[in-house]
Amino acid sequence: MSTTIDLAGGETLELHDFDVVVIGAGGAGLRAAVEAKQRGLRTALVCKSLLGKAHTVMAEGGAAAAMGNVWPEDNWQVHFRDTMRGGKMLNNWRMAQLHAQESPDRIYELERWGALFDRTKDGRILQRDFGGHRYARLAHVGDRTGLELIRTLQQRAVALGLEVFMECKVLRLLKDSTGQVSAAVGYWRPTGGFVAFTAKAFVLATGGVGKAWKYTSNSWESTGDGHAMALWAGADMIDMECVQFHPTGMVWPLSVRGILVTEGVRGDGGVLRNSEGRRFMFDYIPAMFAAETADTEAEADRWYDDHINNRRPPELLPRDEVARSINAEVKAGRGSPHGGVFLDIASRRSADYIRRRLPSMYHQFKELAGVDITQEPMEVGPTCHYIMGGVRVDADTAATTVPGLFAAGEVAGGMHGSNRLGGNSLSDLLVFGRRAGMAAADFAEGRVGQPGFDEAEARQVVADALAPFSREDGENPYEVHHALQETMQSLVGIIRTESELRQALDELATLEERASHVAVRGGRAYNPGWNLATDLPSMLAVSQLVTRGAIERRESRGGHTRDDYPKADPELGKVNMVQRLDERGQWVLTPEPLPQMPPELAALFDEGASTSANGAATDGKAGAATAGDGRDGQPREGQQSTQTTEEGR
Amino acid sequence: MGDVTMRIWRGDQNGGQFVDYTVPEVEGEVVLDVVHRIQAGPAPDLACRWNCKAGKCGSCSAEINGKPRLMCMTRMDQLPTEEPIVLAPMRTFPIIRDLVTDVSFNYVMARQLPPLKPRDPEPDGTYRMQQVDVERGQEFRKCIECFLCQDVCHVIRDHEENKPHYAGPRFFIRYMELESHPLDTNDRRELLRQRMGIGLCNITKCCTEVCPEGIKITDNAIIPLKERVVDGAYDPIAWLGRKILRRTKRSAREVAADAPAAYAPTSEDLGERRAVPETAGRA
Ligand SMILES: Cc1cc2nc3c(=O)[nH]c(=O)nc-3n(C[C@H](O)[C@H](O)[C@H](O)COP(=O)(O)OP(=O)(O)OC[C@H]3O[C@@H](n4cnc5c(N)ncnc54)[C@H](O)[C@@H]3O)c2cc1C
Ligand SMILES: Cc1cc2nc3c(=O)[nH]c(=O)nc-3n(C[C@H](O)[C@H](O)[C@H](O)COP(=O)(O)OP(=O)(O)OC[C@H]3O[C@@H](n4cnc5c(N)ncnc54)[C@H](O)[C@@H]3O)c2cc1C
Ligand code: SF4
Ligand code: SF4
Ligand code: FES
Repeated sequence: MSTTIDLAGGETLELHDFDVVVIGAGGAGLRAAVEAKQRGLRTALVCKSLLGKAHTVMAEGGAAAAMGNVWPEDNWQVHFRDTMRGGKMLNNWRMAQLHAQESPDRIYELERWGALFDRTKDGRILQRDFGGHRYARLAHVGDRTGLELIRTLQQRAVALGLEVFMECKVLRLLKDSTGQVSAAVGYWRPTGGFVAFTAKAFVLATGGVGKAWKYTSNSWESTGDGHAMALWAGADMIDMECVQFHPTGMVWPLSVRGILVTEGVRGDGGVLRNSEGRRFMFDYIPAMFAAETADTEAEADRWYDDHINNRRPPELLPRDEVARSINAEVKAGRGSPHGGVFLDIASRRSADYIRRRLPSMYHQFKELAGVDITQEPMEVGPTCHYIMGGVRVDADTAATTVPGLFAAGEVAGGMHGSNRLGGNSLSDLLVFGRRAGMAAADFAEGRVGQPGFDEAEARQVVADALAPFSREDGENPYEVHHALQETMQSLVGIIRTESELRQALDELATLEERASHVAVRGGRAYNPGWNLATDLPSMLAVSQLVTRGAIERRESRGGHTRDDYPKADPELGKVNMVQRLDERGQWVLTPEPLPQMPPELAALFDEGASTSANGAATDGKAGAATAGDGRDGQPREGQQSTQTTEEGR
Repeated sequence: MGDVTMRIWRGDQNGGQFVDYTVPEVEGEVVLDVVHRIQAGPAPDLACRWNCKAGKCGSCSAEINGKPRLMCMTRMDQLPTEEPIVLAPMRTFPIIRDLVTDVSFNYVMARQLPPLKPRDPEPDGTYRMQQVDVERGQEFRKCIECFLCQDVCHVIRDHEENKPHYAGPRFFIRYMELESHPLDTNDRRELLRQRMGIGLCNITKCCTEVCPEGIKITDNAIIPLKERVVDGAYDPIAWLGRKILRRTKRSAREVAADAPAAYAPTSEDLGERRAVPETAGRA
């Protein structure tokens, strides 16, 4: 059903009614919509770019699922334990459990819908090694697993006749008099015409937030719209300070800034150097890792051939350690010309070896940067990669704290605790996308009465969105965006400290002011400046959430590193930082206890007593090294693939 | 470094013109970077589509100096800069604005194809397939749906009237992918002949040349498919001769109105014929 409403001033609003509306067509949104549609509900899928282009297509490495095809020893309990440890036990245990239990079914389901995964010799789905996973566990298709996932779900959606609203950007969620979410208002990017959806249930699956930072591996869509819309609708947000920075993103040339450089480069002999040519990582070996880290170049170099009698090179310390050290070198003025450091494999391995072991890295640099990594060093620096925090959801149903609103995928919080393991996102999308679709369908079927639509509120959303057109000499939204990225990059980056975070809050207030005065030129049809102007409020809201959470979490845990609190605080390890806006629009932050793990699951952590579950400086990678000794100690079948897999993380 | 001039098409369905933007050259950029700098400076409303900036999503297709390419994978230092670099939208599709075209034709065509109808699984609920058998389909599944092959194909680039009956190279490979899928049991031969218009393709190989994923569209999909539907009635030259050339681009809605109805999948196609064991894996 579709009608048109006349708003004031000749403006019209196209109104559609559905049972379930899913916002976002990445892996999570597609899976949710497919589920609701299969249940026979009138379902719409809305996304701000074309169908099949969502950020999920960029995922390379694979989807983690304990199918046990390569290692029969693998099972959901091991996967569960790896996930919790990687997240430094801040995870919602129930989500981690459901995820570990259900991912294999979700992968097999993709196969029934046409996905063609790489195979084992006996014809099963092949699984590969990845950091933090005890067993080779990632189902994959070469290094384009995300594309396979998206295409399979997209084709399933087409087969089901799902209605898709592409290049349609949602701005706000509206609630009706019952307090339930009842409508979403947005606009068609191709025409600039406004559109609203009423529905009995909404699923948010809008992905990540990386575009608030200067260096990010994320696509342009990752502006945190869903996080912001949930917040504005009154939902609880948790642990927003937990953002994953990958230590080695490209920083130069401009064209590739932020794109990931696989850890495999270091695994295969690449070393980090500063502008003086020094292997500076030797200067940053923390006491905690001193026993297992080489302290001379000679020993470090021997490790590649002999893992048993030598200790690991410091370049292979956990990600947060490496990122912190790169940061310190740059701050000390010993960075590369474009603000990173040098990652050098050219001087250490033969051209042949590099091309054979790192084919995709070789091509990535060759084609995009004109850099021949067999001849010259790469420039790298930390890049904003993934947000673990997000909308607070019920583990079983993906329900947010606002009735009628569900959330799945990167926009939802809890599943990954304070640090996500590579490969756990793609399976997260499938498991919780499906659950969100089911629960939204249940909710829609049970909802009494027709969802209300408050025209006055919708009119306000439209007026706010159009305001930049009427400002004669406001600022260009691109300038505000660049300033925001500078602030977040320099003050709320990988290493944080209270004074800088407070400074960031001040700057964010100024930026908010500037954002409310931006001006947009030209027409409404496909106007990128206007689109950015409407992204700014989302990015600013997310930046506030991250900064406020980061101030309150006075410890270092997983992706959140505080220079002034370098250790994990066991007490803070028991709480989520919960944020919301109260009725008066004031920010509220309360630490709330984590859900309590039942004894039979807690017991899983007793066996491996050495688990440094809340060890501040360990990340999933180091945890795995302790847990699965054979992995790093002895090369075995399957390990060969490790180096090409990590770039997807 | 000096300056570089980009000659970019600005306009919409009602017309437009090329506008020159001269910006300083910056080392190591791709065409999309320059477009972004123009947006951040002189033309914030310059429309272009992009998502990943890494050649993975297939959004940023355009015609660069007349050649269909991805803007994010075309390095500036590979283009001659003495002359302005000409940037135009894909010609085969109706223009929305500037460099952005309405590619919904492709989404309409995607709906014509009956989906995978998998055979029964092994007793444990999962499938066995050999790597060699999946590799054929995997080549086609590399497709990032940039639609550059559709853009370059003269059958629809120069002949608007063919659109309703011509799926185009992107969907020939999709067809071939399904045909070669180790699990598939659907028979789509009639569809290929009657609705996908493969007879109109005269194997110019232009599609293969522009494919950024290096998919051998003609050799590995079109030619084998043609061999399956040898039919004199589809002599492309004779057929084209009967058509009147239409210059205006038709909207997807118009195309869809002429195209055969989208394939309506049966419940069997959708895999509802058997209850799939919920716990197929070893959870
Ligand atoms: C380079 C890279 C490699 C990665 N590799 C891996 C990997 O190997 N394994 C792994 O598990 N994870 C990987 N990840 C992480 C993973 O890809 C993402 O976390 C995941 O794809 C997010 O999926 P999603 O469904 O939540 O959202 P996305 O795929 O980000 O999709 C978001 C959707 O929401 C829509 N949307 C957003 N805002 C709006 C709005 N306002 N209105 C309407 N629609 C909107 C967008 O159009 C889009 O359709 C990788 C990430 C990166 C950056
Ligand atoms: C780039 C783009 C811009 C759009 N802008 C607008 C807009 O400004 N205003 C607006 O009202 N709608 C817009 N749409 C959505 C599209 O036009 C609607 O699907 C259409 O309005 C539905 O109308 P209809 O039901 O009469 O079907 P018709 O338009 O008659 O559709 C006929 C056939 O085309 C198929 N089809 C059409 N669009 C799509 C699609 N998006 N995906 C898959 N199949 C499709 C239908 O399934 C059907 O088989 C846009 C879509 C795209 C891709
Ligand atoms: S080979 Fe066929 S499909 Fe490809 S461009 Fe030429 S005519 Fe079109
Ligand atoms: S086949 Fe190649 S050119 Fe055609 S859409 Fe796919 S990736 Fe693009
Ligand atoms: S932006 Fe994704 S392919 Fe160019």
